[in-house]
Amino acid sequence: MNKREFLKDAILFFPAASVLPSLVAEAVANAEEGPATTGYDAAKHWYGMGIDVGKCIGCNRCVEACKAENDVPDEPFYFRTWIERYRIHSDGEVEVECISTRSAPPEQAEPEDPTVVRTFFVPKLCNQCAHPPCVQVCPVGATFQTQDGVVLVDATRCIGCRYCIQACPYGARYLNPKTKTADKCTFCYHRITEGLLPACVEVCPTEARIFGDLDAHADRLVRFHRVNEISVLKPDLNTEPKVLYARLDGEVR
Amino acid sequence: MKLPEQVTRLGTVIGAIVAIVLLLRFVVLPDSFFSATPHQAATVEREMAKPIRHAGVAACRDCHAEQFDLKYGGRHRNIGCENCHGPAAGHVAEPEAEASMPPLPREREKCLACHAYDSSRPNGFPQVDPKEHRPNKKCVSCHDPHDPVPPKAPQDCAGCHGRIQQTKALSTHASVACLACHVVDERHMTEPRLALPTKPDSREVCGRCHAAGSGDPDASSRVVDLAAHGGTYVCWECHYAHLPEGRK
Repeated sequence: MNKREFLKDAILFFPAASVLPSLVAEAVANAEEGPATTGYDAAKHWYGMGIDVGKCIGCNRCVEACKAENDVPDEPFYFRTWIERYRIHSDGEVEVECISTRSAPPEQAEPEDPTVVRTFFVPKLCNQCAHPPCVQVCPVGATFQTQDGVVLVDATRCIGCRYCIQACPYGARYLNPKTKTADKCTFCYHRITEGLLPACVEVCPTEARIFGDLDAHADRLVRFHRVNEISVLKPDLNTEPKVLYARLDGEVR
Repeated sequence: MKLPEQVTRLGTVIGAIVAIVLLLRFVVLPDSFFSATPHQAATVEREMAKPIRHAGVAACRDCHAEQFDLKYGGRHRNIGCENCHGPAAGHVAEPEAEASMPPLPREREKCLACHAYDSSRPNGFPQVDPKEHRPNKKCVSCHDPHDPVPPKAPQDCAGCHGRIQQTKALSTHASVACLACHVVDERHMTEPRLALPTKPDSREVCGRCHAAGSGDPDASSRVVDLAAHGGTYVCWECHYAHLPEGRK
């Protein structure tokens, strides 16, 4: 290409480039309108979950349902939600075991340990923090909070650097081995926006999990919040979790 | 000193390029071009488009009203159908399709996932020892999973509170009936959590045997002076009444 040709092309290119802004504006407008298909308005909700620790029987059905609903890898160390067994001994030692990593309950009931003072199950999942540390640390802006308070991961932007996995104080994220991107609980975003319950809440046999909208006037979760003494995990970190625990033992971390 | 001509020309070209870039960045392109909102909206849309696998109880009820009503009247009322029958959205979409037919689990493991004895389960949750409780029989051959009334309704408390019963049986309180200390509403048998039994709220309950001068026929009772012993506490705040001699 000689100088003359280059200048000719450049003169033609710049008028053509002037349509660029209008194209961009159109794309942005489309994106901001959101999906036109449903009448769902994210600004009207602020989702949370209530967990009554005194009701959890540690049956693991929530973990299985979550895996089935969200294509979480089957290997027993990838979880969006999992259950921990706490055993508190008389000498103050706290023993924590993730029972969701076991493929089947043990054949023989474990012998009763007389030093155990208290023992119970605690379901865990992403706390959907109002001030999420994982969002702050993401170097490419792939994880963000939606208007209805759910923290999502944009798998097309995530570069799999694992910063967010390190940053989460609750250990709620994992790197999906198939997509090589960070993955986490979304409160089953595809279900709740359709008016259904998250899969774990749907199958919980003892109603240990309650899902709802913290902004609503009348809602099961609002009632749960009102009638129970509520604790959250690691309140000192000021992450403001939206997973509210009732009857939570002080030893739970 | 005069600049060489090629420097001026090159300078003009570079200046023009910088000007065009700045113009594009700050005048032509809208601010929203640099915002993350479109990417986020695309992610939200992608999340919402994911397939639903669990149809939800309401969908099951539409066709299986009979089973639903039976279950709703019983102790399994709060258990979603898909807890046992698995994700059924495919079955709701194509009810006749053989491939998406939800399983009808009959194996013991399904029931034992919840009902096998485990010390971490909450007190009062019905549990059995799988080795003791009819080890070779299917649960469903005696219990209807939609309306699981035990073949013999728990006449005494040990049906659910076996661990407490065993502890008490070995203690000096073995002959004291549960109802001697607890007031139990009839409803507690069917809806355990909605009508909880009481615990003694005064020292008089223990005092019936343990107060000085109570005239307890069993001379083995430890007798204390209620007025002087233990301050204002209720007895069970310090003594475990199911094993009063204490652990170890």
